Amino acid sequence: MSIEFETIIGLEVHVQLATESKLFCRCSTKFGSPPNTQTCPVCTGSPGALPVMNRHAFDLSLKTAVALNCEIPKFTKWDRKQYYYPDLPKGYQISQFDLPMSQHGYLEISDSKDRFETKKVGITRAHLEEDAGKSMHDEAAGKADSRIDLNRTGTPLLEIVSEPDMRSPLEARAYLDELKLLLTYINVSDCNMQEGSLRVDANVNLHLQTDDGKVATPIVEVKNMNSFRAVERALAYEVDRQLAHWKKTGEKIGDVPKQTRGWDDSAEVTKAQRSKEESSDYRYFPDPDLVPITTTDEQVAKVRDSLCELPAALRSRLVKEQSITPYDAGVIVNQGRAVVDYFLEVAEGCGDGKQASNWVQRDVLKNLKENEQTIDQFGMSATSLAALVKSVKAGDLDNSRAGEVFEYMLANGKDVVASMAALGIEKVDDSALDDLCRELLAANPKVVADVQGGNQKAIGALIGQAKKKNPNVSPNDIRGKCLAMIAEMS
Amino acid sequence: MSLVHKSATALLSEMQSGSVSSTEVCTAFLDQIDAHDEKIGAFLRVDRESVLAKAADVDSRRSAGGALGLLAGLPVAVKDLLCTKGQPTTCASKMLEEFVPTYDATVIEKLDSADAIVIGKTNMDEFAMGGSTENSALGQTKNPWDTSRVPGGSSGGAAACVAAKMAPLSLGSDTGGSIRQPASFCGVTGLKPTYGRVSRYGLVAFASSLDQIGPLASSVEDTALLLQAIAGSDERDATCAPNEVPEYTATVAKPLEGLKLGIVKEHFAEGLDSEVGDCVTAAIDVYKALGASVVDIELPHSKYGIATYYIIAPSEASGNLARYDGAHYGYRTSDTSPVEGEGPLVTMYRRSRSEALGPEVKRRIMLGTYALSAGYYDAYYVKALKVRRLIRQDYDAAFEKVDFLVGPVSPTAAFGIGELSDDPLSMYLGDLYTVTTNLAGVAGLSVPCGFTKSGLPVGLQLQARPFDEERLLRAGHMYQSATDWHTKTPTV
Ligand SMILES: [Zn+2]
Repeated sequence: MSIEFETIIGLEVHVQLATESKLFCRCSTKFGSPPNTQTCPVCTGSPGALPVMNRHAFDLSLKTAVALNCEIPKFTKWDRKQYYYPDLPKGYQISQFDLPMSQHGYLEISDSKDRFETKKVGITRAHLEEDAGKSMHDEAAGKADSRIDLNRTGTPLLEIVSEPDMRSPLEARAYLDELKLLLTYINVSDCNMQEGSLRVDANVNLHLQTDDGKVATPIVEVKNMNSFRAVERALAYEVDRQLAHWKKTGEKIGDVPKQTRGWDDSAEVTKAQRSKEESSDYRYFPDPDLVPITTTDEQVAKVRDSLCELPAALRSRLVKEQSITPYDAGVIVNQGRAVVDYFLEVAEGCGDGKQASNWVQRDVLKNLKENEQTIDQFGMSATSLAALVKSVKAGDLDNSRAGEVFEYMLANGKDVVASMAALGIEKVDDSALDDLCRELLAANPKVVADVQGGNQKAIGALIGQAKKKNPNVSPNDIRGKCLAMIAEMS
Repeated sequence: MSLVHKSATALLSEMQSGSVSSTEVCTAFLDQIDAHDEKIGAFLRVDRESVLAKAADVDSRRSAGGALGLLAGLPVAVKDLLCTKGQPTTCASKMLEEFVPTYDATVIEKLDSADAIVIGKTNMDEFAMGGSTENSALGQTKNPWDTSRVPGGSSGGAAACVAAKMAPLSLGSDTGGSIRQPASFCGVTGLKPTYGRVSRYGLVAFASSLDQIGPLASSVEDTALLLQAIAGSDERDATCAPNEVPEYTATVAKPLEGLKLGIVKEHFAEGLDSEVGDCVTAAIDVYKALGASVVDIELPHSKYGIATYYIIAPSEASGNLARYDGAHYGYRTSDTSPVEGEGPLVTMYRRSRSEALGPEVKRRIMLGTYALSAGYYDAYYVKALKVRRLIRQDYDAAFEKVDFLVGPVSPTAAFGIGELSDDPLSMYLGDLYTVTTNLAGVAGLSVPCGFTKSGLPVGLQLQARPFDEERLLRAGHMYQSATDWHTKTPTV
C-alpha cells in the first residue's frame, strides 16, 4: 500500500555563545578544564549568591536574532524554569518564557543541486538561557557514586526554535548547515558539536493523505544526535518508522502523549526514551533577582548596521559579480569569510571569476585539506595566484604546466615569473613552432596519411614527440598547427 | 554608665578619643552575652577569641595612627542568614546547620572595610519565615522584657540582643516586617531601607523581591550610623540601586520643618490592640507638638496586603529554597533504603527535605508551589503582581500629599511563646501594617513609643518615599529627641 504523505520537521538548536565568561557570573566558559574548576558561588547556586547578566552574551544574542530577521521586543525578562536535577544546583534554570528576547524571524535555505525549492524557514523565537552542568551517574545500578561537574553550569546558550517548516531530512540538514554558517560568519559561536557548543533536537511527524482525509502521526521529539549527518539519518529513519507504525496501529496525533526518542548512531535507529508520564509543569515565573532588559530601535538599528555581509547575500553577490555558478559560490562561501576574501582577491587580480573559482576550489582548497591548514596559513598570496592565473589566460603559461608552476610557487614561495624561469618554462615563438611541426610531419608520414584519411586523433602521437624535443610547447598549439599544415598539404 | 548602655555613636567617639579601647568595648558586650544570653538565646554563635583578636587589631592600628573605617572597633551582631566566609550560616535551619559559605555577603565586606567587628550570628525564624523566632530549628529566643514572650521575628535574635545590651548594633533582614516588628516587640529602633538601598548579595534569600537588609540599634542616630556603613550600589546585585548614599550620620540630628504626616485609617481599624493604639496616638501628638501637620490618608488596596504578600513571598521562596535538595548544600538524609516505585534520586530529595525543613518553611513552599502551578498561576501569582502594583500606586499617591505615613508597627505587643503556634493565620495577620512597605518597596522605620500596662514595648512605624531614608531618619530622631522611650532598658 503506497500512501502520500508530507514530512513535518521543526528544529530546536541550542547554541553556546562565544563569550569569555558565563551568563550570570564571571567564571570562564573554557572547554575541557578539570571538573568544577570553573565555578563560583553564583553558578554553583550557593545560598545568597545572585546572578548578574553578562551584557556581552546579550549583545551576541541580539546580533544573532537580527541576522535571523527576528523582531526584537523592546522589553524582555528572565524567568525561572523550575525542576529538580543534580546538574541544576539552584533547582531552577534561568531562561526566558513568555517574553523572549526575539521572535518571528526566518532563515532562507536553498539547495545548489535544486533538490528542493528555496524557502524561508520560520524562526518562532530565539531566547537566552543558562546551561546546566554535567552529571555522570548510574541510577539503574542503584549506586551512590553520582558525580557532577558544574564547569558548564551557567554557560550562555541561545535556543533557536524553528517553525515546523521543513519537509524533508534534506531540508533539515540544509537549515542546520545554513544556520551554522550564519553563526560562524557573525562570530557568535564556534558551533563545535563535539564540545557541545551546538546541540540539535528535532520534532517530526507525518501528515498522511488517507481516504478519510488528512491524518497526522504523533509528534516525536528526537534527541541525542551528535552531528548534522546524524540528524539527517535520524529523521530519515523516523519518517520510515512513523509510517510503518501508523500502518500497523493507525495511531494519530493526540492518541498518545508526546514521545521522546533518542538516536542510536551505531544501531542507526531511534529508541523510545522514558516518556514523561504527565506533561512537566516547570512553574515558570519572573526571576526576581534580575532586572528586565529594554532594547531600543536605535540599538537594533546599530546592530543591523554593524552586521557583516551574511552568507546568503554573499553567495548572490559572487554569482552576480564574478559570474560563477550558484554551486561554486556555495562551495566558496561555505569555507568562511577568509576564503571568500581570498577568492575575491584572486578573481579581481586576474579578472576572471570562473578561473579564480576553479583554482581556489581545485588547487587551494585541496591543498589546505591535505595539509589540514586554514587559508591564513596558506603559503601563496592571492596576488601570486592571480598572477599565475593571468599568465595562463594570456597564454604565457600553458595550462598543461600550470599545475607544476603552482606546486613550485607554493613549495618555494616564489612568484610566477621566477617559478617559470626556474622550471625553464618559456613561451615558444611562432617560427620555432612552425619549424618543429614541419620537422614532425616530415618524420611521420603515416600520421599525416591517417589524418588525411579522416582520423584526426592520430595527431596525438606527435604530441609526445614534440614535448620531448621542446618541453615548453603547448599540446594545443602543436595539434592546431600540425592539423593546419596537413590541411594545407592537400 | 556601663559601656554596654552607651550608644554606638558615643562608644565610637570614646574609642576615637582614646578613652576606651575596642578590646574593652568588645569585652563588655561579650561579658554581657556570657551573663545573659543563656536566658535570652539571641545568639546562635559567638566566637569570643576571634572577636577579641579583631578588636586588638583595630586597637593596634588605631594606636599606630592608621586610617580606620566608619565603625572602627564597634561590635555588630549579624542575623544568621548573612553569609560569612568560613563561618557557619545556618538560617536557623537544620538544613543549613553545617553550611559554611565560601564567601562574605556584601554587607559583611562593608562591615569589614568599616573596621566593625562581627560579634556573633543571631537567631531567627527558619529562613526568615515567621514573626516570633519560634520557627528557629536551633533554639527559642526570648523577649528581654518578658522572657515568657516572643521577641518577634524573623529578626528576633537581632532585636533581642540590642534590647538586652549584648550588641550596640545589629543587622537584620525584613521581608514583610521582620526588622520592624521585632524592633517594636523588643523596644529598639529598626529600619527597613528602600528595596535596592542595601545589597542583597550574600543574604540567603527568602523572597528576593521583598527581602532587604537593615540596621537595628538603640536609637535612630545609631541606626543611621549602621545604614551609612552598609548602603550603596553593588555590581553583584542587579536589583541594588545605583542611587548615591547621602550622609545620614551628618544630617540625622537636623530637625525637619513643616513635617506632613499621613495617618492610614486602615491601620487604626478593628484588630488593633487599644493599648498599642493609645501609644501610637500619643506619639502622633508628640509630632503635632513638634509642628507637624497630620492628615488622613487612604491606602485603598492595603486590605489586600496580607493576601498579596502570602502569594508573592511563598512563590519566590518555593524557587529560592529548591536548591536545598540534599545534592549540593546542607543536609542530606542518611537513610538510603529504597522505596518501591520511586527512583533513588527522588527518594533522596524527598527525605532530605522532609527531614531538614521545618513545618512553617514547608507550608510556605507548598503555598508557593501551588500558586505557581499550571492552571493557578494567573489566578494567584499574576493577580498578586497586579495588586502589588496597585499598592505601590496607593503609596505614590499618598506621598504626593504627605512626607511620611505614621501608624503602629504591629497590632499587638509581644505575645506569649506558643500562644499563636497553632494559628498561622493570626500570626500572618500580625504583619498587616508592615507587609505593604515591602510590597511597595518603600522605606519603613520602627521606633519605641511607649509600653503597655504589663510593661511591653510598643513601636511606632514611619514609612517614607523610596530612597528617602535621610529624611526618615531625621524624622525618627526628632521624635527620639522629644521622648525617652528608646532609652528604657529591660532588667534582664
Ligand atoms: Zn561562576
